[in-house]
Amino acid sequence: MAKEKKETRGRGDWKTYADMPPGPISMKSTRGVSLTGGWRTVKPVIHLDECIKCMTCWKFCPDVSIVVRKDGYPRVDYVYCKGCGICANECPKECIEMVLEDTPVTEEPEGEAVAEGKEA
Amino acid sequence: MARKVMTGNSATAYGALVSGVEVVSAYPITPQTTVVEKIAEFVSDGSFKGKYICVESEHSALASCISASQTGVRTFTATSSQGLLLMHEMVHWAANTRSPVGLVNVNRAVGPPWSIWADHTDAIAQRDTGALNIFVESAQEILDMVIQGYKVCEDPDVLLPFIINADAFFLSHTFEPVDVPDAKKVQEWLGKYEAPYPLDPDDPHGYGSLTFPHQWYMELRYNIKRAMDRSAELIPKVSKEFAKLFGRDHGGNVEEYRTKDAEVALVAMGTMVSTARDVVDKMRDEGHKVGLVKVRSFRPFPQKELRDIAERIPVLGVADRCYTYGQEGPLSTEARAAVYTLKDRPVIKNYVIGVGGRDIHVNVLRKVFLDIEKVKEKGLDKESVWVGLKRPPDEPPEVM
Repeated sequence: MAKEKKETRGRGDWKTYADMPPGPISMKSTRGVSLTGGWRTVKPVIHLDECIKCMTCWKFCPDVSIVVRKDGYPRVDYVYCKGCGICANECPKECIEMVLEDTPVTEEPEGEAVAEGKEA
Repeated sequence: MARKVMTGNSATAYGALVSGVEVVSAYPITPQTTVVEKIAEFVSDGSFKGKYICVESEHSALASCISASQTGVRTFTATSSQGLLLMHEMVHWAANTRSPVGLVNVNRAVGPPWSIWADHTDAIAQRDTGALNIFVESAQEILDMVIQGYKVCEDPDVLLPFIINADAFFLSHTFEPVDVPDAKKVQEWLGKYEAPYPLDPDDPHGYGSLTFPHQWYMELRYNIKRAMDRSAELIPKVSKEFAKLFGRDHGGNVEEYRTKDAEVALVAMGTMVSTARDVVDKMRDEGHKVGLVKVRSFRPFPQKELRDIAERIPVLGVADRCYTYGQEGPLSTEARAAVYTLKDRPVIKNYVIGVGGRDIHVNVLRKVFLDIEKVKEKGLDKESVWVGLKRPPDEPPEVM
């Protein structure tokens, strides 16, 4: 296995087909590029007053869009959440509600973020 | 080098073994089964030291090989018919991730009704995947092409999967003397496979994630086109290199047989080529100026070579061991397209023959050659005909 680092130009830095690696490889995180939150038609709203911090929603989210804050409660990362509804379906307390994207909701305060790599 | 009497399926397994394959994942299916069994034997007698992954389906077999290939190891699988069709999504995946996985497909008819005999439908269905699609006519050629497949496809400018197609039973279960080259010599020639961006937990990348229409999808596909074009140049070159080292040259993308002064020729793929050679020899003895063109590589398609042949030979018959419904035999369509740009286009007649393993006897091919000669004399009667079909009594056969 070739261990030495190849010259890696990030995705988006390429100018033409000739600059690219042969396969569909992302050289760096595409998180800043693919803001998938805009795909939603419905969004999950977590009623934190009923939440028991079981982390089922966090475990099931296929898009890593449930983040756990320092207070131990989950929040939805609306920048990336596609609104699939799996969290609402799995929540044992049924305290995640799917509402139409344009429904005005009173957002729970974000809460202090835990240090990177220590979420949940 | 050891000369052994073995079936095409054993030759397939030996091809993978001497190529120094490190991961094999396959699912048994008639008539490929004895390939899987032979490799299992290699595992039990200790001659195969790699990883043999047992899976629940062909889809998973190829998926395992692709993942393994992305870590930077040589991988191999084999299948047939429905198995290849179940793999189909993963054949695209292998090409699109640029994984040079080796695959031997024992050509078998597609059901229903169940038929386990030779037919090329399964292979032709992989036409648009980006995998190299090679047709062979002997057990020796399978073994040699497995080795050469890795040489071509692991080239940094190619990096595509390859499919070696071997006709069911005519190759898979028929015993032939086969030279098994020395594994060390083969592996020295092949070298170690280096994946350009190996899957490595210490150096993570995203593999195959989303790309938007304005981003890189078209460019990635264009690069597969370039890789396939490169493989067309490499196949004949690698064949020559192989011949120097191991003494056998099966030809490049096409092989011509007695075409030098031929007035008509038959274009064909797979085992029927061997039968056609005998027919050509016999008919030449009788004074017929007939020749034979064996298409070895269906993808990349030998456009240039066929154009060159078509400039010299004014009438071509193209034999297809399968059919594309609503069109004609696929090899014929490709041949017509290849020669279209010529100023003086040859006359091409398509013969659909041996579908579902129906025997392509010397007498049948002789009739086909005589029919091509008739086309040369009297002009084209029909563009595509089915040879040896059971017809109602009032309907004469299309090839007498």
